[in-house]
Amino acid sequence: MSEEFVACHDCDLVHRIPVGQEGRSGRCIRCGGVLFNEKRNSVERTLALAVAGAVLFVVANVFPFLSFDMQGRVTETTLLSGVRELWNQDMGSISFLVLITAVVAPGMQLLLLLYILVPAHLGRAPHQLSLCLRLLRRFEAWSMMEVFLIGIFVALVKLGDLADIVPGPAIFSFAILILVLAGAAATFDRRGLWRLVPVSA
Amino acid sequence: MSAPESADSIAGHTARSLGMVSCHECGLLVRADPEGGLACPRCHVRLHSRKIDSLSRCWALLLAAAVLYVPANVFPIMTTTYFGAAQSDTIMSGVIYLMQTEWPLAVIVFTASVMVPLVKLFVLAYLAWSVRVGSTSNPGDRTRLFRVIDAIGRWSMVDIYVVTILVALVRVQALANVHAEIGAVFFGAVVVTTILAAQAFDPRLIWDSAEAAQARKEARASAEAGGLPNGNLA
Ligand SMILES: [Zn+2]
Ligand SMILES: [Zn+2]
Repeated sequence: MSEEFVACHDCDLVHRIPVGQEGRSGRCIRCGGVLFNEKRNSVERTLALAVAGAVLFVVANVFPFLSFDMQGRVTETTLLSGVRELWNQDMGSISFLVLITAVVAPGMQLLLLLYILVPAHLGRAPHQLSLCLRLLRRFEAWSMMEVFLIGIFVALVKLGDLADIVPGPAIFSFAILILVLAGAAATFDRRGLWRLVPVSA
Repeated sequence: MSAPESADSIAGHTARSLGMVSCHECGLLVRADPEGGLACPRCHVRLHSRKIDSLSRCWALLLAAAVLYVPANVFPIMTTTYFGAAQSDTIMSGVIYLMQTEWPLAVIVFTASVMVPLVKLFVLAYLAWSVRVGSTSNPGDRTRLFRVIDAIGRWSMVDIYVVTILVALVRVQALANVHAEIGAVFFGAVVVTTILAAQAFDPRLIWDSAEAAQARKEARASAEAGGLPNGNLA
């Protein structure tokens, strides 16, 4: 069993933590912040979720998630059509914000997970791992798909008495994708992957 | 056991008090360079013991968010045209509309759009103030409060997404359409600035200022008890 020293992210208190003991996690004794979280088969489980997530993400973006039927005139909406319509209405800033938080950030999150975990699963350190782990954290912070799902429910209620709203296939992949992303975040062992990056003397 | 001899003398102290820095990107614990300006030997980012200018950046972003909060709530976020009749909605009128149909959803939207940004503003301002005055009370509770505030900020995006979906869905030429309005831009700016304000705040400052205040108090107490004037020690 090996050990290393880490400082709590939220209060700077130094702790001695075990390394390479799957299934163990630890919190800061002073403020309760998460210090480490080594899930069993973390790489394989997270990779499986990332693969499922990537498929669901494509489905969620290609197919409409709602269609609106008013007296026989049907409009359908995908994630990107909302972004495009806002752009057409000269709402560039909002359009950009939605594009980043609902499409780019979750998409990049899944891509980076795949890029990092496939070689890690094969026992190799991915090229540019350090950069990828840093980028991943940025995109995670701005990925807000679960909030978008609540937005869909609110929109459904608001339009309920105007017209017939039919949920499209994307809405289901959307809902599952959110669970998959949450699962991937829970099984991902960031500290373990950082250990694959060599420390220069 | 590969742990160094001094294991027990390191654990239980703060990295800063040991002259060490925890890399904010990769979490590696590094002995700090007394000259400063050291790069992390693992991920090569510039190391700093605490977030740079944490409090002043946090205050500036909070001030911006507070200013933006007013037009975000006063101006309409969207206009719905339905068979020639146009109706503009603010954040609040949207909540009132939902209250008449689906009150549980109204509660969610009210919490996400109205309460979360306000609570975030006040709590972050309180935390930044408590650091400034060197409060020693319950640093653990204040740290947990920060973690909650940091986690809930994203939920304010709900109304932005609702506008996005309605704009994309309701476009039956002149019959029915939805236009996004300037209030949505201000509201989006409030969400982004409060998220950035939370990112700028460094919760380790809560512990630093509490420890500094505690040390001052103990020094004063021992000086009074032992009759040793503090000034002579320096
Ligand atoms: Zn801690
Ligand atoms: Zn580093």
